[in-house]
Amino acid sequence: MTFPARTLDAPSPATVDLDALYTGAGIGVLLKRIDRELIGLGPVKTRIREIAALLLVERARRTLGLHAEPPSLHMCFTGNPGTGKTTMARRMADILHGLGYIRRSQVISVTRDDLVGQYIGHTAPKTKDVLKKAMGGVLFIDEAYYLYRPENERDYGQEAIEILLQVMEDNRDDLVVILAGYRERMEALFRSNPGLGSRIAHHIEFPDYTPEELLLIAEQMVAEMQYRFDEGAAAAMREYIARRMRQPRFSNARSIRNALDRVRLRQASRLFAARGTALDPMALQTIRAEDIRQSRVFSQ
Amino acid sequence: MRLTQGQFSFLPNLTDEEIRAQIQYALDQGWVVAVESTDDPHPRNSYWEMWGQPMFDLADAAGVMLEVKACRREHADRYVRVIAFDSRKGFETVRMSFLVNRPAREPGFELVRTEGPGRRVQYTLRSYATAAPPGERYRA
Repeated sequence: MTFPARTLDAPSPATVDLDALYTGAGIGVLLKRIDRELIGLGPVKTRIREIAALLLVERARRTLGLHAEPPSLHMCFTGNPGTGKTTMARRMADILHGLGYIRRSQVISVTRDDLVGQYIGHTAPKTKDVLKKAMGGVLFIDEAYYLYRPENERDYGQEAIEILLQVMEDNRDDLVVILAGYRERMEALFRSNPGLGSRIAHHIEFPDYTPEELLLIAEQMVAEMQYRFDEGAAAAMREYIARRMRQPRFSNARSIRNALDRVRLRQASRLFAARGTALDPMALQTIRAEDIRQSRVFSQ
Repeated sequence: MRLTQGQFSFLPNLTDEEIRAQIQYALDQGWVVAVESTDDPHPRNSYWEMWGQPMFDLADAAGVMLEVKACRREHADRYVRVIAFDSRKGFETVRMSFLVNRPAREPGFELVRTEGPGRRVQYTLRSYATAAPPGERYRA
């Protein structure tokens, strides 16, 4: 025996106001925030906007009683380190939540270590645990290409991928999976697992930042930490970025963040060395050119 | 005879959607949810078999529902219940417990009378199902 069905079939409205849906779900605000707070990433923002439009129209169709397969929402973010993939995944979760495609705007961020076990029989429970935790929200798999190790055919990564595929297919309403990693290596992953590639509808490429964008990012980070560049410092930062980009292991915004952390360290030790003089808030906030120019990058 | 143990047991069987909503309530309270099963329905049998480990750090009931369904598939001929454990100081106990699966045929309980010294009668309950060894109970 079961309870009688509680859902009454309400007559479908004749028209739907896309604009009301747009503002009602708060999507406009979210997209504007992405535009304002994330510097550069032009193509990515366009794609996100397109996806948001698709999801919005899909919801409008559903209000009018036009049934269609729910859109596949699994995504793949490719790009070099520090190009804002994780940040964008969080924003994407907000958008999906705003449109009612996921029940909570949580992002569970995992890597291979969280999914793949160390011995036989260890992988399945581990992967399932992570999937259960991520249910209702977004599962973000960073460096997803590590899941597949072609050089070791007995690697347990394959098992994790199979469980992941199963859940991506069966629990579409409960979970959105976003894979992230370098483009070439992600393509190798999809080549070896055609099922995985075909279940991902949206492939989004994150371009590298230009030096100007990096400078804007640096200024934004500095402002967020309640510091400020003086005139010389801004020029030094520009030069620092140009030099750092030519060096190995450059990882876009992440390198800038690390550089700024070291700059703060030097600023602190400069102020400490000159102790005895009274400091005003301005002095505590100001980063001077010398703080940046002491960097190793300038001596190489 | 319909077994009435735990919450909601005098109501019609919960639908999956209702089970999901109850589990979501438990998770929202910060309780840890676990799935258990048994084929010994005696009311004093508190040792049910765990289905996997209690599920810590879950936010959404969909994850628990996967396990509920898996346990039902495996143990269609057993009682399956969902429990929610509250680990906060002052409670440290099970706050919710309800059945999510029951065998197709529930034979019920026998009232066993034992006569003691001075013709004093002691009463106890015995499940008809437990006459068969574990694993062979509730087979159609």
